[in-house]
Amino acid sequence: MLRFVLRRLLQTIPVLFVIITATFFMVRFVPGGPFTSEKALPPEIMKNLEAHYGLDQPLWRQYLGYLGRIAQGDLGPSFKYANRSVNEIIGAKLPASLELGGLALGVALLIGLPLGVLAAVRRNSWLDYLASSVGMLGICVPTFVLGPLLVLFFAIHLGWANASGWYDWTDRVLPSLTLGLVYAAYVMRLTRGGMLEVLNQDYIRTARAKGASETRIVLRHALRGGLLPVVSFLGPAIAGILTGSFVIETIFQIPGLGREFVNSAFNRDYTLVLGTVILYASLIVVCNLVADVVQVWLNPKLKFE
Amino acid sequence: MNSSAPLPPVLVEPGHSPGRDALHRLRQNRLAVAGGLTLILLAVLCIAGPWVLRATYQEQNLDLGATPPSAAHWLGTDTLGRDLLVRLLYGGRISLGVGLCATFVALTIGVVYGAIAGYVGGKADAVMMRLVDIIYALPFTIFVILLMVFFGRNIILLFVAIGAVEWLTMARIVRSQIMALKKMEFIEAARALGFGHRRIIFRHLLPNAFGPIIVYATLTIPAVMLLEAFLSFLGLGVQPPMSSWGTLIKDGAEKMEEFWWLLVFPGGIFSLTLLSLNFLGDGLRDALDVRAAKD
Repeated sequence: MLRFVLRRLLQTIPVLFVIITATFFMVRFVPGGPFTSEKALPPEIMKNLEAHYGLDQPLWRQYLGYLGRIAQGDLGPSFKYANRSVNEIIGAKLPASLELGGLALGVALLIGLPLGVLAAVRRNSWLDYLASSVGMLGICVPTFVLGPLLVLFFAIHLGWANASGWYDWTDRVLPSLTLGLVYAAYVMRLTRGGMLEVLNQDYIRTARAKGASETRIVLRHALRGGLLPVVSFLGPAIAGILTGSFVIETIFQIPGLGREFVNSAFNRDYTLVLGTVILYASLIVVCNLVADVVQVWLNPKLKFE
Repeated sequence: MNSSAPLPPVLVEPGHSPGRDALHRLRQNRLAVAGGLTLILLAVLCIAGPWVLRATYQEQNLDLGATPPSAAHWLGTDTLGRDLLVRLLYGGRISLGVGLCATFVALTIGVVYGAIAGYVGGKADAVMMRLVDIIYALPFTIFVILLMVFFGRNIILLFVAIGAVEWLTMARIVRSQIMALKKMEFIEAARALGFGHRRIIFRHLLPNAFGPIIVYATLTIPAVMLLEAFLSFLGLGVQPPMSSWGTLIKDGAEKMEEFWWLLVFPGGIFSLTLLSLNFLGDGLRDALDVRAAKD
């Protein structure tokens, strides 16, 4: 197990390296720079600015310098926000995004798992059909339709919550529901499918023959295997929740990193774009790693591969 | 071998081709049929509708402004007095067009990549599929966003960028199909006849993997349309005065407090399309009984 984890950890290094390199050069080869604006700056000032941020040096030296600084955990100064480092900006904006993502994941699991298990156990009952149709709706009503609709109904029509903002817990409800429901639908479908497959297997029959109660069979024997598809979905789901939060942050005016990222791309704030991409990529790579480890832990068959 | 014993007479039943069987099974699935019919209806409306209604998507009527649905404008008008129904139909052309074109890009890349990996096998296959695994783990939406921001928002780039993201699963499915098929006898026969690799892949292997490919392509279209709408919602997709359903939803979401119909109708028709595509895709999957495409 330890060897597996170590090997996977080592594999993430080249992946991150490729991401950093690809983003660095992509960002540099685009037309327009961070200091081009409608009013052209005097050439001397432009020169000073470029010298200050090291943009006058050859590209390969900028690249090496950047790699060196990342190795020390420094993402460099922001090009647009004078006197603020990318680390500071991320530090200020990330908590809201992480909180939103965590809550959404919670919504997805808390709704998706029980519904999926129930739908599988009571197969072809009204509960199963209800869960399936709700799941289908969840997949087909995208977040950027669901979010505004929820705001329209609960915030504007009923007045139960604020339409936007990020102050107290009531502001958390609508955004995390919006972001989480889609994934709840996926989790529900995957759980149902996984449970149905497991419930047909011999060891479940053995457990039944030994007289185990139905609750015990479902929770102790079947759930572990039935969760496998959900666990392998968690990696992509977390990536989706992180990028999905861009839209949610825009709809609900949440001061998170997602909105900052889209803005920084528009502003050509190279270092902030790079820093955010690196951060998101690392987060996603780590989450995939954790998902893989959990999967091996749940399914002993995989250990020998 | 002794073949003197006469063979028992075979009662030949009228034959069923696998394709006809599948079509029959598809017809039994009411949801899939409903989905398919809805899609055909939507496509016809989007293509023919604007001609019949004789209005253009940019025709403004500032005096009129935003009006709720009425006899003159069935779905109401937006703040510039433009007919929402007409705009929805034009937007549908773009959204459906992006869905089809980008899916085609994804399909081409995925099928060729998967077929080569599966056919060649060995080390090349291991490296190619490992690459797919790695790309799977990347925040690819972020790269599409960067591409769209940096290189102007042109619609061809949109097709390519979305297609470049969505080919991975197709590659996996095609590869697994090809790996299973290439060990079969008819491929051995094709080899013995001295056919080239290209001919074997494209004429013998891929046609047999057609079922899973068509099923997954159907399921890719909604994913692609979602991504396009997502980008348009962030202001990165189709640019005005053109509008896709994504941009209409974005406009609607900004103005919903006063003009609910601007959000509800575009959102509704977009969801209806996704729903139909998913039902049709699921139906096709059951009809063609494709297990490989289930993940």
